[in-house]
Amino acid sequence: MKCWFALLALVALPVGAAPLAVDLAKSEITFQSKQMGVPVDGKVRKFAMQLDFDAKKPEAGSVKIELDAASIDAGSDEANAELVKRGWMDAAKFPKATFVSSSVKTLPGGRFEVTGKMTIKGITRDLSAPFTVKAQGTAQLFEGAFVLKRLEFKIGEGAWSDTETVADEVQIRFKVLANPAPK
Amino acid sequence: MTRYTRVAAALHWLIAVAILANFVFGTWMVDLDLSPAKLRYYSYHKWLGVSVFLLVLVRIAWRIGHRPPALPTHMPTWERVAAGVSHFALYGLTLAVPLSGWLFSSAKGFKTVYFALIPIPDLLAKNPALADTLKLWHLSLNYVMALLILLHVAAALKHHFMDRDDVLVRMWPFGRSATGAKS
Repeated sequence: MKCWFALLALVALPVGAAPLAVDLAKSEITFQSKQMGVPVDGKVRKFAMQLDFDAKKPEAGSVKIELDAASIDAGSDEANAELVKRGWMDAAKFPKATFVSSSVKTLPGGRFEVTGKMTIKGITRDLSAPFTVKAQGTAQLFEGAFVLKRLEFKIGEGAWSDTETVADEVQIRFKVLANPAPK
Repeated sequence: MTRYTRVAAALHWLIAVAILANFVFGTWMVDLDLSPAKLRYYSYHKWLGVSVFLLVLVRIAWRIGHRPPALPTHMPTWERVAAGVSHFALYGLTLAVPLSGWLFSSAKGFKTVYFALIPIPDLLAKNPALADTLKLWHLSLNYVMALLILLHVAAALKHHFMDRDDVLVRMWPFGRSATGAKS
């Protein structure tokens, strides 16, 4: 019963519904880079997220993600030691990378697309990512992928900007499990 | 004198040069600081290793179809046995060394993509602890192979300069084919 009241309250709220409770343990942000044609998997180990989404009113949805630059696992110890350095993420100077959504729209086929501003190493670019939403019990599972061009954010400067060795395109995937807003 | 077939001799020397080059190259590249060049070198090393593996397979197939010339009659039994065992071990090691490198790479989380074009399926999933073990195997097998090659070269020189038989000459790449006059 209480649940229903909470839901009613949510629907009834005219603006700024309470954000969803993201289950970080069951959410992940992974990526795949390519070096010499070899796909290498990595993931962001630490991130925080503020998420608000209602499939009935997708355009009112919003998301804010804060990624811990030093927590990026690029697939090997050697790569991780390199990645925090100045030419890559420069984690000492830019400890956080952020994504702040500006709009969400509905795509054909029951999919959605979020557009927003991605800031990495102090460089801000517009980015869009398509995603799907599936109900899992009372929770919602958000899944999507997009391509990030690392050189747009100066990730890998100097000799590392050579895309023959490490490709410019990094395939990013996200899977976010969010429970209804806490009462 | 009965020589090895041209194909057998060509494969022998091609593989010999490739193994020597990759051994020296591999030993040198591992201590380099991480750079795009280092990533390229690792790929080249793997491509050459895969090539050696394939060439050894071709060589074994050729050998099965073409019986090598008989050993000189002056050789005592122990030398014949030693020659048989060490040749067999050399074939085994020239397959085992690239194989261990490939497994090591997979366990490290790096798929081998031959010439950056042909992905070789991973037999092992990423597993850092197993990667450490396989690294040791790759190194150990290399050193055992290097020792056996030294023994192989020493034996060939002994045959040529001390026994003064045709064991080295019949595999020598520059010379008359089939039966030829050579003292």
